[in-house]
Amino acid sequence: MSQATFRIWRSEPGGGAGKFVDYTTEISEGMVVLDAVHKVQAEQAPDLACRWNCKAGKCGSCSAEINGKPRLMCMSRLNSLDLTEPVTVEPMRTFPLIKDLVTDVSWNFRVKKGLKKFKPRQPDAADGTWRMAQRDVDRVQEFRKCIECFLCQDVCHVLRDHDKHEEFIGPRFLLYSAALEMHPLDSDDRLQDLKDQNGIGYCNITKCCTKVCPEHIHITDNAIIPLKERVVDRFYDPVTRLLRMITG
Amino acid sequence: MQVIPVTAVHRGFGQTSRKDAWWAAPLGVFLGLSAFVVYATWAAFQGEHYHFGPYLSPFYAPELWGASPHAWFGPKPAWWPAVVPFSPALLILPFPGGFRFTCYYYRGAYYKAFWADPPSCAVGEPRKSYLGENSFPLILQNAHRFFMWVAIIFIGFLAYDVWVAMWFTNDTTGVKEFGLGVGTIVLAVNVGLLGSYTWGCHVLRHVVGGRKDEISKSPVCDLAYSCVTSLNVRHQLFAWCSLFSVMGADVYVRLCSMGIITDLRLF
Repeated sequence: MSQATFRIWRSEPGGGAGKFVDYTTEISEGMVVLDAVHKVQAEQAPDLACRWNCKAGKCGSCSAEINGKPRLMCMSRLNSLDLTEPVTVEPMRTFPLIKDLVTDVSWNFRVKKGLKKFKPRQPDAADGTWRMAQRDVDRVQEFRKCIECFLCQDVCHVLRDHDKHEEFIGPRFLLYSAALEMHPLDSDDRLQDLKDQNGIGYCNITKCCTKVCPEHIHITDNAIIPLKERVVDRFYDPVTRLLRMITG
Repeated sequence: MQVIPVTAVHRGFGQTSRKDAWWAAPLGVFLGLSAFVVYATWAAFQGEHYHFGPYLSPFYAPELWGASPHAWFGPKPAWWPAVVPFSPALLILPFPGGFRFTCYYYRGAYYKAFWADPPSCAVGEPRKSYLGENSFPLILQNAHRFFMWVAIIFIGFLAYDVWVAMWFTNDTTGVKEFGLGVGTIVLAVNVGLLGSYTWGCHVLRHVVGGRKDEISKSPVCDLAYSCVTSLNVRHQLFAWCSLFSVMGADVYVRLCSMGIITDLRLF
C-alpha cells in the first residue's frame, strides 16, 4: 500500500466560493479516482458530496475535472496520474455548483426539451413499418453512444468562458441534433434552428469536446462540421441557393 | 438547494489546473504556421530561382505570366501597373492560402495558437467577449467551399507539373527525353501529400455524400464518401505534411536553381 494526496474542491457551507482541501489516503493497485474519493469520504470527510452511479463509465454521473482535465472519475486510473504531487479533483466549472464535486446540470435537460424531436417520415410499408439501410444507420449510430456526462459541455469554451448558455446549445446537443438531422427516417428540418436559436456559428472547432469524450465520439468531425456545412448550404452559399431555386 | 453561480469559479487568462504541457501544442502550431507564412511570403516576393530545368516550384504553379519556360501566357504583361511588385506567385498564392486559412483543421488550430480562443482546452481566456463564426468577420470562413474547388483544380496543375518534371532536355541534342530526378520525386511526393490533404477536406466529404441522409441509395456517392472519409480522419496529419512538403519543394528547386545543390538524375 502506498499513499497519495488528493486536493479536492470543498464548497463552503452556506454558499461561499469554496477552497481546495488536501486529503492523503492509502491507495492500492487498480484504483481509480472515484475509489480514492470514496475512501476519503469514508475515512476523513463523510460530508464530501460526489455524484456517481455505475462506476463503469456508462452512466455519466461522476464527471469532474482531474488535474484540470474534464474526465470521468471512474475511468481515471491512478496509475495514469502523477502521484508524486497532489491530484486535484474539482467539479465541472461550466455548471452551477451544488456542493463539493456535485454540479447542477439541469440546464442541459432544459436545452434538450427545446429541441425538435425525432419525426419519422410516412411508413414505407402498408403494415406501418420502415426500411432503412444499415449503412445509413451506422453513420448516426456513433452519436447514440453518448452517455450524457456533459464533459463536452464543460470543456467547451463558448459555455465555459463566455457563458453563452442562452444562445448556444453546446456540443452535446449539436451531436443530438446531428443524430436526428442525419437520420435516414427523420423528416423534420432543424437547420434554421441550428443557425438562429442553437448558435452553431459560435463553435470555432477547437475539438476540445472530441478530446474529452469518454465514448470517443468524433463530435467535431462527424457531427458539428457536417451540420455546419448543411447550414452553409442553406444560408451562406449563393451557388447552392441558386441551384435549389432552379431545381426546386 | 444551495447553488453557487458558475461565475464564482471562473479563471483568468492562462489559468488552469492542468499539469501537463498544455502550451506545447499551441506553441508548436504558432511556430510552425509563423515559419511557413514568413518563408512563403519571402519566397513569393522573390520572383526568381523558382524554376530549374523541368522543375517548377509549387509556390509558383501554375505560372500564368513569368520569365520561365513554364509560363502559360509569356512574360510579365505590359498592362501590369509599375507600382505593384510583380511575381508569378502573387497571382496564384491567394487561392491555396485561402483554402488553408479557412480549413476547418487550421481554424481550430490557429484560433488557439494565435488568438488564445481558447489557449488550450480548459485553460482560461484573455477576453470575455466572443462572437465566434456567428457574425462578421469570421462568418466569412464559410467561403471554404469555394477555395476548395480552386484547390482541387490546382492539384491537377501540380500533377501536370510532375509530368513535365519527367522530361529533361538533352544538353547535346536539345531533345527532351524521359527521366527521373530527385526533384521529380520531391515534386511528386508534394502532390501526393497536397492531394491527400485536399481530398480529405471536410467540405468535399459533405459535397460527395455527407449532405445525404440516405447515402446508400447512391453507390457512387457512398464510395466517394468512404474514400474522402478515410483521408479526412488524417486531415491534421496531411495538413502539416503537405504544408512542409510544399515549402520543402520550393527550397529544393530554389537551391538547385541557385547552384547550391546538384539535382541527381536517377535515370
